[in-house]
Amino acid sequence: MSSLPTEPAVEARNLTHKYGDRTALRKVSMVVSQGSLFGIVGPNGSGKSTLFRILSTLQKPTDGSATVLGSDTLAASSLVRQKLGVVFQNSILDGKLTLRENLLHHGQYYGLGGRRLRERVDAALGQLRLADRAKDKVETLSGGMRRRGELAGCLLHEPPVLLLDEPTVGLDPVARRDFWDTITRIRAERSMTILVTTHLMDEAERCDRLALLHQGEVVALASPDELKADMGFDVITIRTTQPDALVNEVKAAYGWNARTDDHGVRIEVEAGHAQIGGLIERFEGRFESITLSKPSIEDVFFLRTGVKSDESGDGA
Amino acid sequence: MSRFLLGSISLWKREVVRFYRQRNRVIGALMPPLFIWFFLGSGFGKSFSAPGMEGAGYLEFFYPGVIALVVLFTSIYSAMSLIEDRRDGYLQGVLVSPMPRSAIIFGKVLGGTSQGFVQGVLLLILAPFIGIEFTLASVALILAIILTLSFGLTAFGIMMAWRTDSVSGFHAIMNFILMPMWLLSGAFFPVGGSAVWLNVVMRLNPLTYGVEALRGAFYAEAGNAVGLATLPAMFVMLGFGAVIFAATVMMANRPVRTS
Repeated sequence: MSSLPTEPAVEARNLTHKYGDRTALRKVSMVVSQGSLFGIVGPNGSGKSTLFRILSTLQKPTDGSATVLGSDTLAASSLVRQKLGVVFQNSILDGKLTLRENLLHHGQYYGLGGRRLRERVDAALGQLRLADRAKDKVETLSGGMRRRGELAGCLLHEPPVLLLDEPTVGLDPVARRDFWDTITRIRAERSMTILVTTHLMDEAERCDRLALLHQGEVVALASPDELKADMGFDVITIRTTQPDALVNEVKAAYGWNARTDDHGVRIEVEAGHAQIGGLIERFEGRFESITLSKPSIEDVFFLRTGVKSDESGDGA
Repeated sequence: MSRFLLGSISLWKREVVRFYRQRNRVIGALMPPLFIWFFLGSGFGKSFSAPGMEGAGYLEFFYPGVIALVVLFTSIYSAMSLIEDRRDGYLQGVLVSPMPRSAIIFGKVLGGTSQGFVQGVLLLILAPFIGIEFTLASVALILAIILTLSFGLTAFGIMMAWRTDSVSGFHAIMNFILMPMWLLSGAFFPVGGSAVWLNVVMRLNPLTYGVEALRGAFYAEAGNAVGLATLPAMFVMLGFGAVIFAATVMMANRPVRTS
């Protein structure tokens, strides 16, 4: 592609979108640099679907603008469409057609034809390990294969930027890991920019840079490590059969921020490495395990918004 | 090949392949009009006489109408594939491609047109049984009429379906429109013999011209009034198709829904 390396792959400037009275996006600005894996993170209802629709040229924002490699998503939509590969939550494959037929059609929509198209379809099927299922109807493929098939379709016109909307929703854990391995591999092989929306924090951890979205606003914009360092505390988790008692003791003895969670007792404390020894001494015999970790993106999100990222907001 | 045609033809081909992979749709569009034709036609028998077609039984009178009905049902319901594509997500994949909106509409309309055309032409097999004789010229004319009619009706279906997001909603709207459209098309009774107000309504119905053109084409040799109506009726249908197609493209080109 003839774009300057310094030009942002995707840029949003003060994007605002309203559905009637409800504001889905409020002055959202972000710059996605070329070659990065950028995550837009937020619960349902945070506005990430609206943002995705605007960036993929399917929706006109109420205010503000967005560009892809310098082209405006509204004024130069067909140029933008040529530069984007888009994977939606819903399948863009036709179940009644074979995988290969689907890819041929998809390539034709992007202006490809003849031998060049057939070669690219075969290459994409190979790269995504789908060659042996190419002649099967898509409705007979597993969810994970279908996802890879959609990805193959999006790569045919060799777009510099890939947009993925919650790409692993509905996949089982194995297929999910497999999909991310594929993404990582493709990114390395094709040096693409990838922008992904997700509400899953372990997926957010894989990104170079994150925009945390809450109620239509960007509440944080940084790398996962920067976000965690900003938190200023470590997390000590104690697995135990008596979590309530331990929480009370920790609070009384140290005055630290402690509460119960799914895993047992969760303690937030500065310089956790210096404190964990004392806890082990104190509670010897009363816990199954005790672990020290950095805060997760989940913690970051909770601290900045007061809600857990996997809780639904209102609306979609 | 231009990008426009490449995309359109691709969508068209997909439409046709899908249709014939779902055999029940082929039968579904063909059978109801055939039943109506056969029962009504046999029922009225010779107790019916249309102006300009004296001596022809109801089976024969109704025959061009039943072709038009099959084309109508096939074409209009082919537009449902657009709603299914929107619901399943397939359309999103097409809409984010650089293909112009006009090419998308054109491909979809071609898809429905060819379905309607093939189904309509299939019915010509019945012509010899009711005593209709073809010439090379009349066959060419009939094919052209069926094609024009399919195109206009499919474009109309796509226009109605573009903003609809549920199949059941489309059914409700189309029942409301299709019912008067096929009852008042001249398929069941001649336009000329009806009340004046009904005559006006029938003249506003695009399907009337399809039936009229077809009926004329079957008897073009005779050089009578029925035959002479064919060409003007064809022009009306061509105009209808062009206007509806242009309107649909304009609608699709409007920036995406913002609410």
